Amino acid sequence: MNAPLLSVTGLTMRFGGLVAVDGVNLTAETNRITALIGPNGAGKTTIFNCLTGFYKPTSGELTLNRPGQLPVSLQTLPGYQVSRHGVVRTFQNIRLFPRMTVLENLLVAQHVGLMKKAAFGVAGLIGLKGWRTAEKEAIDRARFWIERLDLTSVADEEAGNLSYGVQRRVEIARAMNTNPLLLCLDEPAAGLNPKETGVLGELLQGIREQFGIGILLIEHDMGLVMGISDRIHVVEYGRKIAEGTPEQIRSDERVIKAYLGEPDEEELPAIVAEDVAGQEGGRA
Amino acid sequence: MAITIQHHLKGSIIGGLIAMVLAVPFIGLYTVSTDQGLVVQTRWSWVVWSGVMVLVGSLAVALLRDVLSARRAGRPNRAAGTKPKRDDALTAKLSKGFAIGITLFAITLPFMPFSDRYIMDVGTTVLIFVLLGMGLNVTVGLAGLLDLGFVAFYAIGAYSFAILSTTLGWGFWVCLPLSGLIAALFGALLSMPILRLRGDYLAIVTLGFGEITRIIILNWQSFTGGPAGISGIPRPSLFGLSFDRRPPEGLTSFHEVTGISFATEHRLMFLYLIALSLVLAAAWVIKRLRALPIGRAWEALREDEIACRSLGINPVASKVSAYAVGGMLGGFAGCFFAARQGFVSPESFTFMESALILAIVVLGGLGSQIGVVIAALFIVLLPEVGREFADFRMIVFGIAMIAIMVWRPGGLLSQRIPTIRLSSIKGEAA
Repeated sequence: MNAPLLSVTGLTMRFGGLVAVDGVNLTAETNRITALIGPNGAGKTTIFNCLTGFYKPTSGELTLNRPGQLPVSLQTLPGYQVSRHGVVRTFQNIRLFPRMTVLENLLVAQHVGLMKKAAFGVAGLIGLKGWRTAEKEAIDRARFWIERLDLTSVADEEAGNLSYGVQRRVEIARAMNTNPLLLCLDEPAAGLNPKETGVLGELLQGIREQFGIGILLIEHDMGLVMGISDRIHVVEYGRKIAEGTPEQIRSDERVIKAYLGEPDEEELPAIVAEDVAGQEGGRA
Repeated sequence: MAITIQHHLKGSIIGGLIAMVLAVPFIGLYTVSTDQGLVVQTRWSWVVWSGVMVLVGSLAVALLRDVLSARRAGRPNRAAGTKPKRDDALTAKLSKGFAIGITLFAITLPFMPFSDRYIMDVGTTVLIFVLLGMGLNVTVGLAGLLDLGFVAFYAIGAYSFAILSTTLGWGFWVCLPLSGLIAALFGALLSMPILRLRGDYLAIVTLGFGEITRIIILNWQSFTGGPAGISGIPRPSLFGLSFDRRPPEGLTSFHEVTGISFATEHRLMFLYLIALSLVLAAAWVIKRLRALPIGRAWEALREDEIACRSLGINPVASKVSAYAVGGMLGGFAGCFFAARQGFVSPESFTFMESALILAIVVLGGLGSQIGVVIAALFIVLLPEVGREFADFRMIVFGIAMIAIMVWRPGGLLSQRIPTIRLSSIKGEAA
């Protein structure tokens, strides 16, 4: 079997005395949606920050296996270079460029490639042909994602003026404009209504099918996670407590315990008895 | 109604009393020089009058406000919370029209019958400030990096030309790009220690940079001439033609070659036209840069640095380039300034200049080039127009600034014009 697109081994992140992430292993594969779930404060976003270069992990190996290229150790790269190797993220609290239009947001995402084509401004300044073609391609790519994510009507609006749900879509479109291998989404459904969440789920599956990229997802909306994920990793208190398919996770005792808490030994029979009594009472 | 008037009256009386207290030292006491030396005399009636004036004035303002707000309330109102539909296409069209108009006006101005030495001189000053404003606009307006010491680049450009020309004998046209490059280099240098700073700290460091530059110039006597400055800086020539009555050795003069009789106005016109072409070139370059990846990265940096990093943009490179490009324009302006004056001294490069340039950028609306032009016109012309007010002209100037910031807190042109519009390129899609 091929090496997975991303493999994380022994990831540990310490902030002073606090161990936010403790020896987590996980993998994300091409053409698969991998979810990372866990209660609030479990360290999910910290894992994301390590992955995408915002934190330098205390220890651990983050290996990106690009098809046909040498593997890259993400933790050794300067933060801003991670996305140049194909790992791009969105943010829990949306981070668009609010006073720039949607189209401009998507063009900024193509900065790295365009900068080379513009010869750091020189070719672009005098409008050489190579630059003009590159610019046209960039606009076409942005236009593709604008149409794909149904943003045509707001393409020339300032991103900051859009509604929350639309801003989420713009952020995903912007991330896709970097041509990623692995798209990391930090709570993409937060603040969306059930209908929008449904659309988002279809969109993510569509992106996976059409482009065969890997998607790594942090999400609290269990309906979405269970519905679209191929594999789920569960973390609690910085440790991974379970891994498996949605079915396996749904019935995993440790996961249920982490989410619902562990009832006291003595109370449990009482609650069950009450419950049974209630049901019988209803039936009678 | 009676209650509100009573309320306003109370406020105005308090205001009047405060004004009277303040007026005691400012207006009530004055000095007269007599045979016995300076003698302090009093004019208490003036104090009372100033109190009364403030009382009446503030009451009038309060009542006027009431009337205006009552009228506004009477008007059919927009539904609360809905923003009026932005029409930035119209704004873009208007500012484009204005840009063309003001460019044509600026080009034809020197050839107008009414333009005399004074108009040419003031016009050139305006253009220098436009150029400086455009430079600072790159750093502050586009990249969102505050710079309170922009005058440093102006000084570096001016002294680069002054020193290169007086020691090596190089002319204006050779030194112009060099001055820009040197200033850009200092811009890049300045950006290094402040990469991690933001807000107040950034302001302090840049302020310090401006002062350090001035103090070094002031004290490095052997190199910069110290407080005496550098004089004898050559004037710019037109393809080797000089605009002096007696051209320096090796140069022929413009009036001899063209046969037009000598007039100092020609030199002023020539300087004005140089400044104008510098400004137009700078405006064109910045307009292009804004639509290039480097310019978009600057604006993205202003909007959200963390998002920039997540998209692979190197924030260090963006910051360094923003300071370098801004500094370069400041350097050009400085070089031209030195050539125009023929003399430079540290007194021209005080913090006041930095503040004025920043005022131009903020007043014009951060990031707006047309805004810079309008604000520079305003800042340079207002004190000129206000000359009749003599000692009070800085007060008039200050009041005008406050008024503008109250009415248009985002600057005169606060609306950002997008660099590209999908709707306008849709037709040619393949």
